[in-house]
Amino acid sequence: MSEEKQVFKDDSQLRQKTMIADHYSRLAAAPDTGEKSVYTFVPGNLTELIRNFDLLPVLPEINALQSAMRGKSKEYIAAAEREGHSEDVCTYVKCDVGMKRAGNVGPTGERLPDPDLLLLSYTGCFTFMKWFEILKQEYDCPVTMLHVPYQGEGEITDSMRKYVVDQIKQKIIPALEKASGKKFDIDKLREQLRRSAQAEDDLVAVLESAKNRPSPIDAYFGGVYYIGPIFTAFRGTEQAVDYYRLLNQEIQERVRLGKGPVTPDGEMKEERFRLVVEGPPNWTNFREFWKMFSEEGAVCVASSYTKVGGVYDTGFRHDPDRPLESLAEYCLGCYTNLNLPSRVDTLERYVREYQADGLLVNSIKSCNSFSAGQLMMLREVGDRTGVPCGFVESDLVDPRYFSGSNIKNRLESYFQMIEQKRGGVQV
Amino acid sequence: MSANRILELVESAEETYRDMSLASVKAWKEKTGGLAIGFMPIYVPRELLHAQGVLPVGIMGGGDDLEIIRGDAYYQSYICHIPRSTIELGLGGQLDCLDGMLFPAICDVIRNLSGMWKFEFPEKLSRYLDVPQDFTPEMGGEFYKSELLALIADLEKRGARPYDKEALRASIRLFNELGGIVRDLYALRRASPWKVPTAELYCLQRAATIWPVEEAITILREYHELVLADETRTPMDQARVVLAGSFCEQPPLGLIKTLERSGCYIVDDDFIQVHRWITRSLDVEGDPLEALVNGFLFDAMASPTRYCGDKTKGTELVTRVETAGAEGVLFCAPSFCDPALLDQPMAVASIEKAGIPWTAFRYSENNGQFQVIREQAGTFADSIKLWSGV
Repeated sequence: MSEEKQVFKDDSQLRQKTMIADHYSRLAAAPDTGEKSVYTFVPGNLTELIRNFDLLPVLPEINALQSAMRGKSKEYIAAAEREGHSEDVCTYVKCDVGMKRAGNVGPTGERLPDPDLLLLSYTGCFTFMKWFEILKQEYDCPVTMLHVPYQGEGEITDSMRKYVVDQIKQKIIPALEKASGKKFDIDKLREQLRRSAQAEDDLVAVLESAKNRPSPIDAYFGGVYYIGPIFTAFRGTEQAVDYYRLLNQEIQERVRLGKGPVTPDGEMKEERFRLVVEGPPNWTNFREFWKMFSEEGAVCVASSYTKVGGVYDTGFRHDPDRPLESLAEYCLGCYTNLNLPSRVDTLERYVREYQADGLLVNSIKSCNSFSAGQLMMLREVGDRTGVPCGFVESDLVDPRYFSGSNIKNRLESYFQMIEQKRGGVQV
Repeated sequence: MSANRILELVESAEETYRDMSLASVKAWKEKTGGLAIGFMPIYVPRELLHAQGVLPVGIMGGGDDLEIIRGDAYYQSYICHIPRSTIELGLGGQLDCLDGMLFPAICDVIRNLSGMWKFEFPEKLSRYLDVPQDFTPEMGGEFYKSELLALIADLEKRGARPYDKEALRASIRLFNELGGIVRDLYALRRASPWKVPTAELYCLQRAATIWPVEEAITILREYHELVLADETRTPMDQARVVLAGSFCEQPPLGLIKTLERSGCYIVDDDFIQVHRWITRSLDVEGDPLEALVNGFLFDAMASPTRYCGDKTKGTELVTRVETAGAEGVLFCAPSFCDPALLDQPMAVASIEKAGIPWTAFRYSENNGQFQVIREQAGTFADSIKLWSGV
């Protein structure tokens, strides 16, 4: 919390903070107000549909990473491991289990409500299925599952889309109706999706602003810190439309003024390295990790992790004229639901379109969905683009696997490598 | 005489599955001119491949015979062992005789390996076989059928025989027969574990993922008859245990032998589940493709890789313990195996509720030291024999 006081924030970030705080307050008050909550995941989230029934989304991954940023994850993970959860598996899951044991206290210090429904959006990560099986044993509430097939052959087929749409129609909507006591309103959903698409336009404009030199945003650290989060829990709301409009205006103004990104330590002055980053960030030492880049003048101009909640920069938009089909396509298109060749193509495109100096992989110990195959991806992108590729290792929310000095050394060597390569090119 | 023949069969099975050059597959291809397609754990509908004249070949990692050199450059240290040994086999040319690989949907590591295969072996068929986690015929069933039709089309493109209903019915009959023999052997082991040592059953089952089904039926049937008749195999005072968690990366054979020598009769296990995944014979009267789909939806084994829905995790394991008359559970999972290790606390909760003793350890397919596990399993077996019922 002491770090929080020193953080520099733009207007959009302040608005984000208020929106998130209000959301958590509503959740905390839910047992008194009678509002109901649905636990679900970020990838393939059906936020518009959840809010169509005036239900409040709760995202366990977000709770876990917030716990890590507040320094709570170590004790939560230890509590789960004492109960028999293996040290080998996803630390988000263990952090969530431990948080439940400690009273399910959210990031604002207030208790989160128990779920009225567990909506398992099984998209792009096998662990999600096990996670909600575990939560099902913890809570006395119904559970419904949306199985989203993997794009193994690099495409969305008609049968995949139909399978997802049929599940939404026949399982998910009835489960939400039952949990909320309200009927599904397709017209309301169309309106929500129209707003989603509006916000998506602004989100993409913000992300693509990083093509400028200097980049006005950090599309990895900033991407997960203030660009992306609002999108998940608020997509389809007027608030989200307003937020992304404001953010985009701010960012375009930064472009006009030739400014670099805002970091927690203030505005970055000199852009020395432009990087594409693959993999989730570490959350236990988030600010320290970010600082290792910003101090060196390294800006992340594109990242894959900001696409796990949805890939919009290839043109996908939620479509009010095809509401359920576009929800299905959204779920099917999330980054971790893409096969490895598609992921490599995406990273290669980012390196080229954002004129990056290199690709850096932050390999996460407890995330096989991301990590398995990253070494090959790194080589492949390097071969195709010729840019230097770097590799560091950490974990999502387990502080035992963040070795600051080791990562810093590797990053410094990596930046030297980029400089040497530049020298070579100039000669 | 019968003891020698049993030994001969088991040795031949061990030789087959340990032969990483896949000589028997090469010989089959030479003889038939057919395609051979590798598949990874846990389950693929081998009937479909067989009906199109394709030899399904189980690829279950490199075990403890393979030195990993290139594979380690593909995987971080915190990822399980089977993908690195499989990619090692591929890069080393041992899998060259295969015309493709199937990667069933069981976890993110095997899923991502399917993409790596596309990069490394672009000339081969590399297919991720998605399976439904919704088990209704109108949703999950329809989706699974579309996956099978896509597989059929892929195989045809590679030169396999066109899909034919009658051929599939005939193949289903054969795999029903093989499944029946394996289930009989499991039943015999439950009844008389001294007749069917798990190390032997393991070798035979493993080789039966490589042998053509017709040959596998003949060999496993002969083994069944021989061990039934063998009066030299007599019971010992061992603890009866169910071994859970070894459904993907396989333990080294030495580990299985170690567990048996430590005083355990393994009366049920998760090894090589492809033969038992569908728990009964499939229908051969109606549409055979529907039979495969319905078998997967309604008659598949419970598994950590299969969504449990409204059921309580671990109840199936309790049932298995009871059916097998087991006295305890050994959780024996590969290191870094997400499905097994994420499932384990839930399974433990159920078996503890049922008052069933358990212990747990992890392995890698290339482990060579078993002393610690032997002591742990031996102590567990002793505690069961000494203290159960007290």
